[in-house]
Amino acid sequence: MDPGFLLVQSLSGLASASSLFVIASGLTLVFGVTRIVNFAHGSFYMLGAYIAVTVVPWLLELDRSPWLFFAGVLLSALAVGLLGVAMELLLLRRIYKVPELFQLLATFGVVLMVQDAVLWIWGPVDITGPRAPGLRHGVEILDQRFPAYELFLIFVGPAVLGLLWLLMHRTRFGILIRAATRDREMVGALGVNQALLFTATLFLGAFLAGLGGALQIPRVSASAQMDLSIITEVFVVTVIGGMGSVTGAFLAALLIGQLQAFGVLIFPKITLVLVFVLMAAVLVVKPWGLLGRPEPAAGRAALPEGILHPRRFGVVEGTIAMLAVATAFVLPLFADAYTLKVATEVLVLALAAFSLNFLVGNGGIVSFGHAAYFGLGAYAAGLLVTRLGVPMEPALVAAPLAGAFFAALFGFFVVRLSGIYLAMLTLAFAQIAYAVCFQWVEVTGGDNGVVGVWPSPWAASRQVYFYVVAVCAVAGIAAMRHVIYAPFGATLRAARDSEVRADAIGVDVRTHRWLGFTLAGAAAGLAGGLYAFSKGSMDPTLLGIPTSVDFLAMILLGGIQTVMGPVIGAAAFHSIKDVFMPLTDYWRFFLGASIIALVLIFPRGLGGAYGKLRGSRPVQHA
Amino acid sequence: MADAVLEVEDLKAGYGPAEVLFGVTLALRRGEVAALMGRNGAGKSTTLKAIMGLLPPRGGRVRFAGRDLTGLAPFRIARLGLGYVPEERRIFTDLTVYENLEVGRRAARQGQGAWTPDRLFEIFPNLAEMRGRRAAAMSGGEQQMLTIARTLMGNPEAVLLDEPSEGLAPVIVEQMAEAVLRMKQEGIAVLLSEQNLDFAAAVADRAYVIERGSIRYQGAMEALEADEQVREAWLTV
Repeated sequence: MDPGFLLVQSLSGLASASSLFVIASGLTLVFGVTRIVNFAHGSFYMLGAYIAVTVVPWLLELDRSPWLFFAGVLLSALAVGLLGVAMELLLLRRIYKVPELFQLLATFGVVLMVQDAVLWIWGPVDITGPRAPGLRHGVEILDQRFPAYELFLIFVGPAVLGLLWLLMHRTRFGILIRAATRDREMVGALGVNQALLFTATLFLGAFLAGLGGALQIPRVSASAQMDLSIITEVFVVTVIGGMGSVTGAFLAALLIGQLQAFGVLIFPKITLVLVFVLMAAVLVVKPWGLLGRPEPAAGRAALPEGILHPRRFGVVEGTIAMLAVATAFVLPLFADAYTLKVATEVLVLALAAFSLNFLVGNGGIVSFGHAAYFGLGAYAAGLLVTRLGVPMEPALVAAPLAGAFFAALFGFFVVRLSGIYLAMLTLAFAQIAYAVCFQWVEVTGGDNGVVGVWPSPWAASRQVYFYVVAVCAVAGIAAMRHVIYAPFGATLRAARDSEVRADAIGVDVRTHRWLGFTLAGAAAGLAGGLYAFSKGSMDPTLLGIPTSVDFLAMILLGGIQTVMGPVIGAAAFHSIKDVFMPLTDYWRFFLGASIIALVLIFPRGLGGAYGKLRGSRPVQHA
Repeated sequence: MADAVLEVEDLKAGYGPAEVLFGVTLALRRGEVAALMGRNGAGKSTTLKAIMGLLPPRGGRVRFAGRDLTGLAPFRIARLGLGYVPEERRIFTDLTVYENLEVGRRAARQGQGAWTPDRLFEIFPNLAEMRGRRAAAMSGGEQQMLTIARTLMGNPEAVLLDEPSEGLAPVIVEQMAEAVLRMKQEGIAVLLSEQNLDFAAAVADRAYVIERGSIRYQGAMEALEADEQVREAWLTV
């Protein structure tokens, strides 16, 4: 191949690596000190870009000088830094002690709120930014033209790395940050006001994200989707580099930049996949990333309190369960089409949520990518029907098999990790699946998905199909509930509460977790298959992060420490969403605010509140 | 106690459902060294953590230099001039010796000479030789010296010293004893928790004995040494 071309390709990889590093360094710093994985870091990046496309043109009208351009970029970054301070003061400060899962959800709530705020302020149309005066030309490199601005970006990354190094090693603030990354409590016992330190760190982190976003405006236009796409990339960079390590993030960004630059030449279709494959490979060899270290004992669980002693139904609960099932089975006789549609979806989601809580509440495996198995089940069933002309019945058998297959495949790697790294890896695998469905257009239909996934003629009516879903969902939930009460479920709980002790008494923890993960994947796959036939279509959003978060919100709402809570949570969540979504254009804002409120006010969920009530009475049966 | 710098009254604390302290009462006089003796699990470390605010007290009061500490955050307590040296040392392993000292640095109290790294290196000559070294590469004894030096950088009026001799080689234990006596010379009051009677006898003026979360004995260190009955009852394993 032409050496000039290869060089230019490599240089453009360096330019992307540089931008990626600037953003990732902020995330990894914030994580190091606060131990919070901030989903909203991507929102800060997006806000940096939006503020810059507003401020910079205004400044350039005064004078088209490069200095004003960069002054505008810095101003935007500063503004975003202040938003980071606001987030620390209003939200993060209240959740430092809550389990990691809740922190992730709460910061995702901020993502949703910012998305709608951006739509409200800047509108839905992408905004193209001005180009940098003085850096608009191209530079000749071995007969290839290379944009001068990209060349400039290549130097930004190392410059930021150098400045951060000076800050971290030559200033008291930096030394305190590094000390707090190891042992926050001790830093406090030595008289350092942690609250101030955390606020300052959030400022720095958000500033870096905003800077990354503002520097992008000559290359990419500001759009309302840039938050989630960057956050997954940045997660990958920080996880590969080692959470909390700035230098690690730099190395990882370089690696990913080159991988993308050359990967696009060799496998143009699966660049997204390559990145996640790299991440999975690194985590298997080095579970804490390239330069990361094992989590110091922070005295905090990844998990909220899970299912402790699963009690069997008492008389009241048994009656309620029977009534609920009975209601479900007579519902089609009198319900209108709309109610029946919502009820069908609730049953499907209840099955998916139950399978997620089988992992989270019972197994302590905090999956942030459960939508993958749901979506893969849907795609398996849907593609069989539309591409191969297979009828519904075998397709509905294939759905759980597909879910189980991919859960077994991904789970093999996932169960080797724990805590936040495990959550990140499940997220990464879900994004791989999402990327394949999104990019493999010939088979999956890409962004548009696949339509025409209809049930067999006998089940075509809404009423009959409702019965199909009801039978499958109730059977699936009953089966998994049985497993929770069986020795296998108890073993998973034992491994959740103390991996070391379970190991010491002879439990093969990894194999148990792996089987549990596979079982949950099968159930989610079945739910996905049922969902595809109820909608008649599927698209990549079924596998997206928002869907995974929806499932998590359901089990959180229902109560993670309860067995049946997820069912209640799914019903409540879906009904509320269904009622409120049509009422406002800004439903995401309210959903985000609700998730945050849920984490702050009801950390035990609705079902958990009932369980507590019940637990306060004397136990009536063994 | 009239000249007490630290007064603990009926202090209660615990972890989750487990109660550990059932009303601990003790006092530390200005400039003295007092030993809090007791067996494993008696509540020594818990007492120090509860005084420092690292474990929220569930009852009782702690007064330091005339101020009520109850409910204050650890950093506020440290700023009032109460230093804390944890049992597990909790050195910042990624930082150099010098940087560890920097984390502990606080302005001196009025009318007091401030501790500087150079003054501390006189007391702990080992540390001087490795000021640029990462703390992870230090021996346990050296780390123990560093934790004390780090706390002294905060110019405390009194120090809580949790099990200073635990797990150290005899020659290091001797150095620790010297360090504690040096602190006393400098006018710093020290409350140390200890299982090792010899160590306590070498440094302490007075002793408290704690068992199952309550103080069972208090008196002069010599008196405890002489009283075989008390030692049998509360200290020997």
